[in-house]
Amino acid sequence: MARGTRAAPAKRPPDASKVGAPKAGAPKPDAGKPVSGKAVAPRKAASASSKEQMLHWYRDMLLIRRFEERAGQLYGMGLIGGFCHLYIGQEAIAVGMQSIAEEGDQIITGYRDHGHMLAAGMDPKEVLSELTGRAPGSAHGKGGSMHMFSIEKGFFGGHGIVGAQVPLGAGLAFANRYRDNGKVSYTYFGDGAANQGQVYEAFNMAELWKLPAVFVIENNQYAMGTSVERASSQVHLYRRGESFNIKGEEVDGMDIEAVRVAGARAAEHARTGKGPYILEMKTYRYRGHSMSDPAKYRTREEVDQVRKTRDPIDHLRDKIEQRGFASEDELKAIDADVKKIVAEAAEFARTAPEPDPSELYTDVYAEA
Amino acid sequence: MTDVLMPALSPTMEEGTLSKWNIKEGDTVTAGDIIAEIETDKATMEVEAVDEGVVEAILVAAGSEGVKVNTPIARLKGDGEAASKSEPAPTPVAVSKPAADEAKAAQSKPEGEGTAVVAPKPPMADPEIPAGTKMVSVTVRDALRDAIAEEMRRDPDVFLMGEEVAQYQGAYKVSRELLQEFGDRRVVDTPITEYGFAGLGVGAAFAGLKPIVEFMTFNFAMQAIDAIVNSAAKTRYMSGGQITCSIVFRGPNGAAARVGAQHSQDYSAWYGSVPGLKVIAPYDAADAKGLLKAAIRDPNPVVFLENEMMYGHEFDVPEGADFVLPIGKAKVRRQGHSVTITAISRMVGFALEAAEQLAKEGIEAEVVDLRCLRPLDHETVVESVKKTNRLVSLEEGWGPYGIGAEICQRVVEHAFDYLDAPPTRVHGEDVPMPYAANLEALVLPSVEKIVKAVKAVCYK
Repeated sequence: MARGTRAAPAKRPPDASKVGAPKAGAPKPDAGKPVSGKAVAPRKAASASSKEQMLHWYRDMLLIRRFEERAGQLYGMGLIGGFCHLYIGQEAIAVGMQSIAEEGDQIITGYRDHGHMLAAGMDPKEVLSELTGRAPGSAHGKGGSMHMFSIEKGFFGGHGIVGAQVPLGAGLAFANRYRDNGKVSYTYFGDGAANQGQVYEAFNMAELWKLPAVFVIENNQYAMGTSVERASSQVHLYRRGESFNIKGEEVDGMDIEAVRVAGARAAEHARTGKGPYILEMKTYRYRGHSMSDPAKYRTREEVDQVRKTRDPIDHLRDKIEQRGFASEDELKAIDADVKKIVAEAAEFARTAPEPDPSELYTDVYAEA
Repeated sequence: MTDVLMPALSPTMEEGTLSKWNIKEGDTVTAGDIIAEIETDKATMEVEAVDEGVVEAILVAAGSEGVKVNTPIARLKGDGEAASKSEPAPTPVAVSKPAADEAKAAQSKPEGEGTAVVAPKPPMADPEIPAGTKMVSVTVRDALRDAIAEEMRRDPDVFLMGEEVAQYQGAYKVSRELLQEFGDRRVVDTPITEYGFAGLGVGAAFAGLKPIVEFMTFNFAMQAIDAIVNSAAKTRYMSGGQITCSIVFRGPNGAAARVGAQHSQDYSAWYGSVPGLKVIAPYDAADAKGLLKAAIRDPNPVVFLENEMMYGHEFDVPEGADFVLPIGKAKVRRQGHSVTITAISRMVGFALEAAEQLAKEGIEAEVVDLRCLRPLDHETVVESVKKTNRLVSLEEGWGPYGIGAEICQRVVEHAFDYLDAPPTRVHGEDVPMPYAANLEALVLPSVEKIVKAVKAVCYK
């Protein structure tokens, strides 16, 4: 990698535990460990979640929510260009699955990827700067919203072609099996991608070769503007692996604890040599497919109904309060802290320099 | 009376070995009987009788090598037929079918012997090969095989995957005996799912492995071109240099013989236009080996375009596992001062043959084998044109937006003032490949077309 000439600031994201550290007085989940990422993850989901865990997830989910809201705002201001697909409403999936992953496992997803990157522990400044096309962005402004990567965090993108990440994810799993390293790849795709032929080519090989792959279908009900019912002859997407003998289950993707339980089961299955596993996460995206989506295909009432009754963050907050894990003030402190992180990231991403023109011809080829 | 003729087992087969007779003179055969086994460097097949009758004579003994297609190999006498009523059948009357046990077929005696076609020896020494290097004569097929085997021995992260690469020993036998040496962990038979396994290979490369993905032909890789272009070629750039994708996509490209439009396309220009890819198309066995080894070692995605018609040709190759050629260097295969002919892959042989013909008429053509299309060594081409002042670009594929368009542009840009004639192109005709033998021959570039084009730019 020819990095010597970059104008970009330090590549390493700041220590996430500092960026996201709760203020004094607020609960300190997992002191000394990153707020996000795999280091704090237990091997399997415990039957009862601890206070620290729940506050940690709450904080990560809220970070994604506030981050995406700000991304939407920056898009409206013309600071983010092109396509921008927001993850709002689906936060429990990325955070829940990340919490059961092990160090060295790999993640790969499509273009609705901001939430996954934050859950994987990438620095919000690095992600948002990529969205604004600036030099400190994770790809130095050459990738954009749909194409971001962090090898360090095990995040393999960020892919813009619907469904293309599925064979790629199977390939990551192939490499794990080839090396017999005990690692699992988590491949995320939507209900729309679930109709792509290459998904089934990958399913077939994954089961045939017992690859350690977990396929996570984030069924947010709409592929752009086409509902699952209008696009899929089999609407139960967890059954899409049946003809390949791949186990699948439907999961409430709005409940992080349900995500974790199913995720741990799937990961264990894959990690112990039993082959791939499909999780269909029933979820909902609150915003349009992308920023330019007029959302004529669904009613305002439908969206409001989900927000009111199934919101994954509200749901988690209710549980935290019911279990007496945090007072309203403590939760407010987390809210304030997250807001501050996002505000700082936005300011950073807004003012960071654009990539130097000399970057145009770098990173096309690796030096032989 | 009916002659049983030596059948063609594949579109490109010209001759083969008659390995075994299942019948003897005096036997009665009926249609559908397996009467013989024949072998080529690609396969072993059974010959089925089409007609009924008594075997009057075995004309070619078992074990005979180099039996030309359509040679009479046995003679049948029909019921009640007089022995004197001799009348050779005008068409082949034997059909072949794949041997039931294909694994057995693959394990038969080493292929490539007795069926190799000796191509004209390149008259020029390769500056990359030190003087005094010991050379051995090897087919292009075996040179490719040796390159893969040597690199797999050298680097445990290198593996081969594709359709029929393992148990079948390769659809064109390029992977012969690799399964036996490396096992099924590293020589992986895939389902017939080009898009899927190309993408899977790219994912494995993202994770640091070095896959060699074999396409049975690049015509089938069109199903996988999204994985090659969008995922393999672009990801390094899109990730700001974080993701490395060291992978080789290889297999035969372009026209074979009589396989029609969907199996005869030359993709050189398509892949040659994509930043992030390296594109190689070797002509002889030494280049096939030296450049494939370089491709496997290269940290970038490499599209390695072979040619089925060249697999059986023998050339000199430096002995040993250390022979690696640089990617992106053209090779002057024949020196001349009258005109520059550029070519790749099989077309290099056509250019050399045309040059020999032209020499008889006092035109000395310089033949530049581009070897790689990306990066393209246009400096060598430009230097040659500065000397010859004339250019003919030769390629098998379609002309519009093709290699010739690119070569001509670069020569015009860098050597305009040296040109004594407008640069010209010889390329495949602008139609889908027809099946009929005469029409197919009209589509492909030929020595005659090259000679004509050269004379035109030489105003002769």
